[in-house]
Amino acid sequence: MTDLLYSEAEGDLRAAVRSLLADRAAPAGLTGRVEDTGAHDAALWQALAADMGAAGLLVPEKLGGQGASHREAAVVLEELGRAVTPVPYLTSSVVATETLLAAGVGELAGELAGGRKVAVLAVPLSAGPGHDPTATATVTGVADAARADVLLVVRPDGLYAVDAADATIVPQTPLDLTRPLAAVTADGGGTRLADAGTARAAVRRGLLAGAGLLASEQLGVAEWCLEETVRHTRERHQFNRPVGSFQSLKHRMAQLWLEVVNARAAARNAADALATGSPEAPLAVAVAQVYCSRVAVHAAEECVQLHGGIGMTWEHPAHLYLKRAKSDQIALGSAGQHKRALADLVDLPAPA
Amino acid sequence: MTDATELLRRTRDLLAAHPPATTGRTDFLKARFDAGLAWVHYPEGLGGLDAPRSLQGVVDTALAEAGAPDNDPRRIGIGLGMAAPTILAYGTEEQKRRFLRPLWVGEEVWCQLFSEPGAGSDLAALGTRAVREGDTWVVNGQKVWTSSAHVARWAILIARTDPDLPKHRGITYFLCDMTDPGVEVRPLRQITGEAEFNEVFLTDVRIPDAHRLGEVGDGWKVAQTTLNNERVAIGGARIPREGGMIGPVSRTWRERPELRSHDLHQRLLDLWVDAEVARLTGERLRQQLVAGQPGPEGSGMKLAFARLNQAISGLEVELLGEEGLLYGDWTMRRPEHVDFTGRDAGYRYLRSKGNSIEGGTSEVLLNIVAERVLGLPSEPRNDKDVAWKDLAR
Repeated sequence: MTDLLYSEAEGDLRAAVRSLLADRAAPAGLTGRVEDTGAHDAALWQALAADMGAAGLLVPEKLGGQGASHREAAVVLEELGRAVTPVPYLTSSVVATETLLAAGVGELAGELAGGRKVAVLAVPLSAGPGHDPTATATVTGVADAARADVLLVVRPDGLYAVDAADATIVPQTPLDLTRPLAAVTADGGGTRLADAGTARAAVRRGLLAGAGLLASEQLGVAEWCLEETVRHTRERHQFNRPVGSFQSLKHRMAQLWLEVVNARAAARNAADALATGSPEAPLAVAVAQVYCSRVAVHAAEECVQLHGGIGMTWEHPAHLYLKRAKSDQIALGSAGQHKRALADLVDLPAPA
Repeated sequence: MTDATELLRRTRDLLAAHPPATTGRTDFLKARFDAGLAWVHYPEGLGGLDAPRSLQGVVDTALAEAGAPDNDPRRIGIGLGMAAPTILAYGTEEQKRRFLRPLWVGEEVWCQLFSEPGAGSDLAALGTRAVREGDTWVVNGQKVWTSSAHVARWAILIARTDPDLPKHRGITYFLCDMTDPGVEVRPLRQITGEAEFNEVFLTDVRIPDAHRLGEVGDGWKVAQTTLNNERVAIGGARIPREGGMIGPVSRTWRERPELRSHDLHQRLLDLWVDAEVARLTGERLRQQLVAGQPGPEGSGMKLAFARLNQAISGLEVELLGEEGLLYGDWTMRRPEHVDFTGRDAGYRYLRSKGNSIEGGTSEVLLNIVAERVLGLPSEPRNDKDVAWKDLAR
């Protein structure tokens, strides 16, 4: 039976992450520094990844991790989404870690788990679970590459670990400043970790986990947007009353709440299916991505609109959520790609 | 009655007396104004000839064909579209003679000091205070979302002159000198990264009573002239098929088959139809106006424009996939013109978010349609008979 609830331990983990982020990475403070290479905060990453152990949630204890699961990592991602925190958690602690574990590369996974190293899979952020990496000299749109120590590179004969110092990493200008992108050229050197067949399956597994847990990040984005919009419209007065007392606005926020409720069920379902290794995991991930990516964008768009003019300013953090939500809509497979996957899985074929 | 033939004759006279090839730009524009060919529907002596507005195109076309310079209407849009009609409607003879010519010629740029941090949709709740001291008004307050403030010589300004009256009745309309030492303009950066707008801080700004427009306490009524013209300006431009936002995404679809998917195809076609129908509605509205049958459809144009721009640019970012994750340039700049459709898809997506906020939010415009077009009762209100100073804020 799929467990769609949060355990007490997951609640404690959420409280710890939220407290850390509130102290060290409040969204209101991000707008002023987000242009500085994505506002990467090495001390915050150390506290989250290593001290709190969040980087090792997916990694077994015998490899130096926490021996937890996707359910706990999903809770971390909900909180990181709520604060649009610019840390390489999704890329290193989920996608790269899952890829390494699936490829049987325990030692490097352990280093990631301990927060000693950051690794990213050298595929475009837009690549979904069906992505088949083609061997090109340069891969563009690689998320968090500029802060990686190690790049996981797919070549025709397998998966390689390439030291970031041996690669050429050219930053690109991202729509979402909180998740830096770069063009990566790493066509020589490195250590071979797995053969071609293993690599293909491992990458698929890594991207599937990434797509599934991205839904939890999207849930967190949507939650913050709704909460902040409710707070603002209760306080903001126009026409001698709180603007949130206007029925047309109330209904829109109530509608968003319904969507967030649904998004939570979909995101939990995906996290649990990944955690238990359920054969339904691809279906659960596709459903969660199609649904949650839409909800995050809708919530962020409503957040900007219902904040009125202040929501259009750089000073207010709403735009960081809008940009994250819009980028997340493309990240790890578009809704269209996930729908195509779903159509096969549930036997609803496209018209001939 | 001045007809097209008469206008063309005057245009030829102007070109003969001031050949564009040998006349300086400003000199030519001044001569055009003085010949009554600036805005032909304005009164004689104020740049016009009391001619029908629909004949303006006759003059514009003839002058353009002769290679005459225009007054760069994009640069002085607020002056032309909002300040000028209001000054014409409410100004004294002296004010009209002083302000309209340099405004039209472009020697003096205008901006609009209306919105405040606490007065957006509820503009009438504005709190900037103007206190009379003899023949001068002393103004203190903060305005926001002011385009062109950093290049403007003059501003149209509404301020509270009597806080003891209900909000609509205690407002007065002024023409504010932007070079007054009490005027401070700060760029207001927006989500696109640039600062198209400004915040304007007014500290003991001194405005002579001679620069009051309309009666004391009549500012709300005067401002309606300005605001009605603003919505016309925002929603009213004529566009060809695939003009506006639908153009770039349609071109991308045709040129980049590798980006296509069934999912996006159906959504693109839906939006293409919506855009084409909105264009036809705008065209029909113009035909109604020419036929002297103005309809209420104009109230919906800005709403449709905002929704479409947002939906189409959102789809365009998705269509671009990996490229949609990128952005051209976050550098903080102060552009001279508003640009809705320029630059990359990400810019269009972000900038269009403002379309449903600026110049009247879509929520307020829907209320206007519901109440003024459909005749539905307004929501119960508790702010109309309360002294401004007693309103909740």
